[in-house]
Amino acid sequence: MTDPVQARIAHLVGNNDVVLFMKGTPLFPQCGFSSTAVQILDRLGVNQYESVDVLSDPEVRAGIKTYSDWPTVPQLYVKGEFVGGSDIMMEMYSSGELDAMLDELGVARED
Amino acid sequence: MATMAEQIEARIVAALHPASLEIIDDSHLHSGHAGHRAGGESHFTVIVKAAAFEGLSRVARQRAVYTALGDLMAPDRIHALVIRADTPDT
Repeated sequence: MTDPVQARIAHLVGNNDVVLFMKGTPLFPQCGFSSTAVQILDRLGVNQYESVDVLSDPEVRAGIKTYSDWPTVPQLYVKGEFVGGSDIMMEMYSSGELDAMLDELGVARED
Repeated sequence: MATMAEQIEARIVAALHPASLEIIDDSHLHSGHAGHRAGGESHFTVIVKAAAFEGLSRVARQRAVYTALGDLMAPDRIHALVIRADTPDT
């Protein structure tokens, strides 16, 4: 991977159990879909994750779309794998699949 | 000039031959918010059931919808899209 932005994204995704690319910050989300993603992680007790504000980083904002061939933000990555955006997070949260996946992958969580 | 909802419908029908398709214009819910434009037609929900989704992961289903929409999926056209993609039997 020679593109420095793609390399930066790969490094973030590869070195953190949970990474959320979003608009704004978990404390001040700048978009309803990002806010939904933050709330889902919060409800699942995932309190230590890397969040990347794409609004403050135009290179990553553009690069993240090609990284996973996914045109929208937020994007959730768990243990290096792309899970989905807020629609998929909501479906998987509602069905209990996200909870089970975090357990299976051994992601640290608050009780 | 077709409305954005009509353009979304035409592209999804052509690419995925859905058993059912519902397109909801949510733009009015976002007035005053970043990405909203005068005249609306920026925020949509697409509920699509298609046999083409059989055996595909959630990510792959949604990617198929994004691919069908092609260049409509740009910030100055469709700003935000909620997708519910299922097989016809659900």
